[in-house]
Amino acid sequence: MYTQAMDTGPKEERKAVRSVEEAELERRFDTRIDAGEFIEAKDWMPEHYRKTLVRQISQHAHSEIVGMLPEGNWISRAPTLKRKAILLAKVQDEAGHGLYLYAAAETLGTSRDQMLDALHTGKAKYSSIFNYPSLTWADMGVIGWLVDGAAIMNQVPLTRCSYAPYARAMVRVCREESFHQRQGFEALLTMMTKGTEAQRAMVQDAVNRWWWPSLMMFGPPDSESTHSEQSMRWGIKRIGNDELRQKFVDAAAEQAKVLGVSLPDPELKWNEARQHHDFGAIDWSEFWRVVGGDGPCNRERLAARVKAWEEGAWVREAALAHARKAVLKESAA
Amino acid sequence: MKPGLDMQSIRVSSDPAVQYLLRLGDTCLILAQRLGEWCGHAPVLEEDIALTNMALDLLGQARAVLTRAGEIETRGHDEDQLAFLRDERDYLNLTLVELPNGDFAFTVLRNFAMASLLRLLWEQLAASSDTELGAIAGKAVKEARYHRQHAADWVVRLGDGTEESARRMQDALHRLWLYVPEFFEADAVDEYAASSGLGPRWADLRDAWLAETTAVFDKAKLQLPPEPKFRSEGKRGRHSEHMGYILADLQYLQRAYPGGVW
Amino acid sequence: MSSTLTPNPSPSGRGEQSEWPLWEVFVRSKAGLDHKHCGSLHATDPTMAIQLARDVYTRRQEGTSIWVVRSDQIVASDPGEKAMYFDPMEDKIYRHPTFYELPKSVDHI
Repeated sequence: MYTQAMDTGPKEERKAVRSVEEAELERRFDTRIDAGEFIEAKDWMPEHYRKTLVRQISQHAHSEIVGMLPEGNWISRAPTLKRKAILLAKVQDEAGHGLYLYAAAETLGTSRDQMLDALHTGKAKYSSIFNYPSLTWADMGVIGWLVDGAAIMNQVPLTRCSYAPYARAMVRVCREESFHQRQGFEALLTMMTKGTEAQRAMVQDAVNRWWWPSLMMFGPPDSESTHSEQSMRWGIKRIGNDELRQKFVDAAAEQAKVLGVSLPDPELKWNEARQHHDFGAIDWSEFWRVVGGDGPCNRERLAARVKAWEEGAWVREAALAHARKAVLKESAA
Repeated sequence: MKPGLDMQSIRVSSDPAVQYLLRLGDTCLILAQRLGEWCGHAPVLEEDIALTNMALDLLGQARAVLTRAGEIETRGHDEDQLAFLRDERDYLNLTLVELPNGDFAFTVLRNFAMASLLRLLWEQLAASSDTELGAIAGKAVKEARYHRQHAADWVVRLGDGTEESARRMQDALHRLWLYVPEFFEADAVDEYAASSGLGPRWADLRDAWLAETTAVFDKAKLQLPPEPKFRSEGKRGRHSEHMGYILADLQYLQRAYPGGVW
Repeated sequence: MSSTLTPNPSPSGRGEQSEWPLWEVFVRSKAGLDHKHCGSLHATDPTMAIQLARDVYTRRQEGTSIWVVRSDQIVASDPGEKAMYFDPMEDKIYRHPTFYELPKSVDHI
């Protein structure tokens, strides 16, 4: 569904001592990157490159899976059968995106179980936007419009990521993602232009709650991002946080006009000189609080994932047991 | 949905053709509603996607059948009015599908039992005297075939997996079996359907359904429970206590935003 | 190529008793076309793998046929030997029709 700039972990120490051989391999690797070449799973790569990608790809995958929860919340309560079908298909896509990304990460030498364990024990992060609650049906439309919109901006550059399995997964994700934003926007447009006063109020309330968290999806300012530089060097990250965030604000400001909603930022206005929208200061203390585990729904989100995993253990074991029995039966025959 | 329309419950016709369709459509609708609850919570990501596909198929079948029911009824009710605005006693789904999902064993077992029934139904409905229903059936039977195969594989996997999965699957079968007699109860609605060519009596599907399902239960090493004396009556609008909670969720927004356009 | 190039660790999934094996999925989108690799998934047996591949990878009518192969059954060429395997084709351009200049009147052959 999207990826938050995950540059919020501790700065990792680079190994100081390297053999002459390794230095040469790394030089050749850097040349390939600079030439815009794609790195495939079995190619030589610096250990730090591998680790960075495993972290980023798996956290992106976790975000998709956790992201199913705030929207899954409203499937049973969708207001029409068409909207129910749309929401089911959208949340299902997110499961699929998580799956493609776990698969991409597995090419780097980790396993699905290892990655899930990191998520369930709190060692791995996921995008903090999903720690906010989905309180009304209008949240479904706003999540599609703003959260998926921000995700698309983050994701399109990743289709050119230097690590090819990730890039390919992102191509698939982006193809499916475009319907996500459109369905959300269309749902809001319907409520705003054809709906009742009460529906319009519901939409405006949802916008008020999701706007600032959506801006935070692009991560801290570039000046404060610990991993950005190295990620850019290696073609893992192509565009900076601030630039993406500005792009998003500019697009959303125009889209808000079409919808007829106001954005909850009194300082938001077009700057003719910059040819961009100026916008107000983000409350970064809220961001760090939510990233740190004290957002509105952090505990519930993780608990839901852990519960599904633990309650499903007997199912996974049974399937394996049955498969083994079948193999034994076949070889005995 | 016409804006400004009164959001009080609608009353449906007692025309047996409409009732016959509502039994089918409501069964698909409520089962889809239950399956949708697994989205984001299944034991394995791949199965999460598979279960949601089944929910989407059933939802599509429900929409088509409810739409057709509304047309035959000629009171101007569309799929959403029928799905969201009836009183509980006017929903005619089998009681089995309104039960909570339980564990994964109960879920796949119910999917198997229902897909087997629906496949047999759709196969016969393809030749319905109502050509629109026939067209719906032509598409739906392919979906039901896939659901049946997928669910049957899981019943066998769990029935003949570990000790725990076998125990859970056997428990699930004991619970499911109580609600099966209702599938095959005969009444005037079914008589009308059979004589008008609209569709088969559900009772006439019993032998085929039993043969198919017991073959799978056998493969899954499950014991068939005894013939139950318990009778559920969802098809007649007399539901279990679970139905009220489902409808409270399902109907909430339509009732809370009268005249809403979505 | 020099054997001092250290190979990278291969993907895990083997030896983990509790984990479902990984399968690679290939989908043919239309009769007449090749099966293309589109990703991977976890499953415990071939039947499940095919069904899940259908549910995960063909929701938008992307397929008419599916192949699945256990990932540990795939044999791949060694990227360290890429030069030895593939560079020699570079100068055999006479295998390509564009190598041959013909008068315009017969250039369509």
